[in-house]
Amino acid sequence: MDFVLVQLLTGLAAASSLFLVASGLTVIFGVTRVVNFSHGSLYMLGAYIGWSLLTRLPREPEWFALGVVATALATGGIGVLLETTLLRRIYRAPELLQLLATFGVVLMVQDIVLKLWGPADLSLPRPRWLRSFVVIAGERVPFFDLVLIGIGPLVLLALWLLFTRTRWGTLVRAATQDRDMVAALGVDQRLLFTSVFALGAALAGMGGALALPDGSANLQMDLTVITDAFVVVVVGGLGSVAGAYLASLLIALLQAFGIVLLPKITLVLVFAVMAVVLVLRPNGLLGRPPAEARGEAHVLALIRPASRALRLLGAAALVAALLAPLLAGPFLLSVLTEMLVAVLFAASLHFMMGPGGMASFGHAAWFGLGAYGAAFAAKFLLLPMPAGLVAAPLAAGAAAALFGWFVVRLSGVYLAMLTLAFAQIVWAAMFQSVEITGGDNGILGVWPAAWAADPRVFYWLTLALCVAGTLLLRRMLYAPFGYALRAARDSALRAEAVGLDTTRIRLAAFTLAGTAAGLAGGLSAYSNGSVFPTYISIGRSVDALVMVLLGGVQTIAGPVVGALAYTGLFDALLLVTDLWRLVLGAAIVVLVLAFPQGIAGTVQRLWLRGREA
Amino acid sequence: MLTVEDLHSFYGRAHILHGVSFALAAGEVLVLLGRNGAGKSTTMKSLIGLVRPASGRIAFDGQDIAGWEPHRVARAGLGYVPEERRIFSELTVLENLEVGRRKPRDGRPAWTPERLFALFPNLAALRGRQGGRMSGGEQQMLTIARTLMGNPGLILLDEPSEGLAPVIVEQMADAILALKQQGVTVLLAEQNLHFAARVADRAAVIETGRIVWTGTMADLHGDEALRAAHLAV
Repeated sequence: MDFVLVQLLTGLAAASSLFLVASGLTVIFGVTRVVNFSHGSLYMLGAYIGWSLLTRLPREPEWFALGVVATALATGGIGVLLETTLLRRIYRAPELLQLLATFGVVLMVQDIVLKLWGPADLSLPRPRWLRSFVVIAGERVPFFDLVLIGIGPLVLLALWLLFTRTRWGTLVRAATQDRDMVAALGVDQRLLFTSVFALGAALAGMGGALALPDGSANLQMDLTVITDAFVVVVVGGLGSVAGAYLASLLIALLQAFGIVLLPKITLVLVFAVMAVVLVLRPNGLLGRPPAEARGEAHVLALIRPASRALRLLGAAALVAALLAPLLAGPFLLSVLTEMLVAVLFAASLHFMMGPGGMASFGHAAWFGLGAYGAAFAAKFLLLPMPAGLVAAPLAAGAAAALFGWFVVRLSGVYLAMLTLAFAQIVWAAMFQSVEITGGDNGILGVWPAAWAADPRVFYWLTLALCVAGTLLLRRMLYAPFGYALRAARDSALRAEAVGLDTTRIRLAAFTLAGTAAGLAGGLSAYSNGSVFPTYISIGRSVDALVMVLLGGVQTIAGPVVGALAYTGLFDALLLVTDLWRLVLGAAIVVLVLAFPQGIAGTVQRLWLRGREA
Repeated sequence: MLTVEDLHSFYGRAHILHGVSFALAAGEVLVLLGRNGAGKSTTMKSLIGLVRPASGRIAFDGQDIAGWEPHRVARAGLGYVPEERRIFSELTVLENLEVGRRKPRDGRPAWTPERLFALFPNLAALRGRQGGRMSGGEQQMLTIARTLMGNPGLILLDEPSEGLAPVIVEQMADAILALKQQGVTVLLAEQNLHFAARVADRAAVIETGRIVWTGTMADLHGDEALRAAHLAV
């Protein structure tokens, strides 16, 4: 019984922390429709700013409260800066580009924080009141946990009053539904959006500061918290504050009890909850089906066959790639091999994302399963490399078909989050099955066959497979299947009405994308000689997303250009500067602002304009 | 009060308005008549700023408002009632009205929910009702009431009679005539000639993005050939 009470209180305190971040995220999304990846960065800034303030203030509780409020105001101010300089310019952009831009901010903030506060974890000195306990039913409960337990419902109440009892709140709720109409009634949306963003940022900053007593300010907290916050927001229903609180309670309580009952499950638990909720309730616990888009029909550029000039350019690039090993040294060759793998990986994501209309936050799952498939084939079945390279896409494709059955029923951000959930489950499975996969230590010694041991031979093999895979994916888009896929993306209802089984078509595309990503993963395994759980990490999924968006979602050459630009830029920056995140993040932000259609998309548009004029 | 000169507007690449020109005096009800796709709604949206005109002049109360953002246009005293109603379905009637509320700009008495409930008696009983749980006619009345809360000098009504039962259309006509009596200027877009004839002083006939005829309602009534050429379906 005591155990239940203690875990219950721990869970409630954790729920409050989770809710502070998630409520800000969901409020921002509800009004601006921006999926703000940088929300975790605001939380991290809150923790660091909070640390700087609280270590300088006296140690009494009232000064602590003041410091937390000041931190919230400061992060709110940073939110205003972020909104007015960046987000305001991209409200009309496709949602994935907004995501990409805010991801650029994440990278920049990481380096800025590193420069300002250094790499060490920073924790608060704990004065007596912070260390004190309250005895409840014979159990010692940390006083600060009780404070947190109170803060969650208080913030929920304050937000509820703000949204239902003030003119500002009424305007915000109206704008959530139809911002153009609100503007036509004389409301300056910009002020409204800026203030909403400031509120969300302040909540995140407060969450960060309140996380200090039980933890520390560190450089990993942005991505950790944004994943959790996304899960909460999606489980609760996008834009629903009450839903976010419910979801926070659900997840935090399950975790509090899960960690005691089944310690191994905690890594997966959050994502398993999300998967179950999304399968049962596709719009989250309290979410509503997304309203039909008003007035902003995004007319997507048609996919056209490559022009003669582009074909020539492609052929020239291919010849250059074929000849490269004759000139390149071993290091450059390994970089080039990785670039080829990245091209196939990006092309596979593009296949489901561009023509398929299904953006994935967890594409690394298939890459990683391919890599592990190849590694298992080599280490346990002792199969030769060619068989391993067959096993890789098969393993990934089979898993994609299985998970895809759930995934393709959703759409938009919900679909993307479910793919992330599955990727995290796969990651946790590989990370925790230490006996088979070696866990964090990975599987080593996955070397190419003797005939391909020469890096040049392996490079040519990679070139052949990646180019063939990419061209095959491209070919499919011009086949009837490709037209059907795009029809299902543009209007599922109309596609159904003309007799297309859209669910099956989307599932086929999802499986094909997974298969191709698996081949890329298998090649990567043999190229590096090892496989680690990081192959399935969120970071790798984000890499793929950035490559595709950077190149341009609606052009076939996009993923190729994006993969080359991103890996090239990445490797070059790594050599030149230790502030590579700052530069890369800034480059991404500038690219989104300057070229909303991506690199290839912009070139294509300029080219067509020159032709048609 | 409102002078539109040579207005050109595009939807994406489609050229919709090809030089629309007309003028509207204070206190007048002008109806923009035309078939589906003639450019009525695009004209309305260009005036309020939801569609940015490519070229042309929109003089309202002495200011050229072409290219202004919608909220500035609305604050200058132009009220817009969209065709698709676009009420905030998750807000109550009173909250919908609150969104539209703005300070009156001239000496006229400000619109209040109570005055609006007198104008649209059906709404009075529904003040706490969610917008999404109202009938089409009630929603249409609410959109007009919501726009009036901004105390506009000129109100743009985009096909208010569309899809409503005949008895509601009659109520709508009475409401518009009452507005006119209170000195509100109205620009109405319509296909329903009967409805237009009840409320409008003058008509401007629009076809494929151009005004092809302007005159009084009486002239229009007498010119059967004109009606057959531009308005008959």
